[in-house]
Amino acid sequence: MSRIDVVVTGLGATTPLGGDVASTWDAMLAGRSGVGPLTQEWAGQLPVRIAAQLAVEPTEVLDRVKLRRLDRSEAIALIAAQQAWADSGLADSGLDPERLGASVGSGIGGALTLLAQDDILEASGPRRVSPHTIPMLMPNGPAAWVGLELGAQAGVHSVASACATGAEAIALGLDMIRSGRADVVVAGGTEAVIHPLPIAGFSSMRAMSTRNDEPEQASRPWDKSRDGFVLGEGAGILVLERADHAAARGAHVYARLAGAGITSDGYDIVQPHPEGAGAIRAIAKAIADADVAKADIVHVNAHATSTPVGDLAEIKALHRALGDHPVLTATKSMTGHLLGAAGALESIATILTIRDGVIPPTINLDDPDDGLDMDVAANKVRHLDVPAALNNSFGFGGHNVALVFTRP
Amino acid sequence: MTRDEITSGLAEILEEVAGVNPDDVAEGKSFTDDLDVDSLSMVEVVVAAEEKFGVKIPDNEVQNLKTVGDAVSFIEAQS
Repeated sequence: MSRIDVVVTGLGATTPLGGDVASTWDAMLAGRSGVGPLTQEWAGQLPVRIAAQLAVEPTEVLDRVKLRRLDRSEAIALIAAQQAWADSGLADSGLDPERLGASVGSGIGGALTLLAQDDILEASGPRRVSPHTIPMLMPNGPAAWVGLELGAQAGVHSVASACATGAEAIALGLDMIRSGRADVVVAGGTEAVIHPLPIAGFSSMRAMSTRNDEPEQASRPWDKSRDGFVLGEGAGILVLERADHAAARGAHVYARLAGAGITSDGYDIVQPHPEGAGAIRAIAKAIADADVAKADIVHVNAHATSTPVGDLAEIKALHRALGDHPVLTATKSMTGHLLGAAGALESIATILTIRDGVIPPTINLDDPDDGLDMDVAANKVRHLDVPAALNNSFGFGGHNVALVFTRP
Repeated sequence: MTRDEITSGLAEILEEVAGVNPDDVAEGKSFTDDLDVDSLSMVEVVVAAEEKFGVKIPDNEVQNLKTVGDAVSFIEAQS
């Protein structure tokens, strides 16, 4: 039996760079930073007072009453899914809802709701806690809301693998279609945890940049003076569709989702394996699954979060898994780290790179680390014909996910 | 407080919690069938009404409050 091909027919996003995919992509190509100061009163006492906050508030898109029932992570997943759905043209296609699935994850979940309702509990007692609390904070909430909005009945799934979540949700969508469980899967990730507690937690791990006086320069993957990641918020959603289904309805196809590789380190709860063993295996599995050669992967949208250890571990892994030919970029230099949405947003960037033949820059790469022995689109876009590209995502817990996208 | 005043107070709550148009709120209207207030929103309405009117609406009483008029009568009797 020949294998089922899966293509991408819709994209949606709301990010620190823009309220949709087009504005986000334009900002990426312009090398703009989405990082800024946190001006909220609570930020004053934190060691980290910068973040990449949404360019467009959900209140500008969804109505007030609907937003009362949605955690911020759910609201933005819904916004991105609505865009992707509209982009796909599936709304009026007569798609059987029993053939439509959703796979949308979040790294942390409805933390803003949990924390806000805990404040209410402490201040006013249990009867004042909102009856919407549980559906707002449950980790499957974003997937459930997206599924509900689109009427998906082939299964609604919520992957949680920390910062690999968005990519793993996409990989699950691929599996759902290949295994015949769905013809279309709306897949991606969402995250909205800009709040003192998550910031304090990451900050206590010494994982975050404290370059508070220069927010736009704070996220600097592979630069010698990088000092940690910058927290971002946002959502990215892809519409994955069986290739022959898309062809039959004459759909616009952005790219093929050609393959995925998922491994786990089995090494440490937060540290990546020092030799990148799990990452190397994930990349190898992805290219084997995609049935492409190493040499075909001419571009990698790297996980590169701007942490001292992680950035170089990934370089080592890429070198071992692919060789030194691909041109890399780290779009987190502009977007910050969207945690559970990162893999989805970076998949979108990878797909648009294939479409447009242009690699968005890694900004703030002024003084490259000595260990960076690969070609990076540093500070300027790189025009390159990209028939096939890789997107890496790694998460606390030892999760490694690699996705291969190819020209349709 | 007159029944009209209670009704308009409920209308404010219903608009805030569930986006119900205040013009649609009248004593004969059913919360679920006419005003499209679901069970979770009804909990919010009850808690907000307790606060606004200074009454206690026990959970076992809520199921008897089918219409706006039922709620008005209950609040009127308590206050």
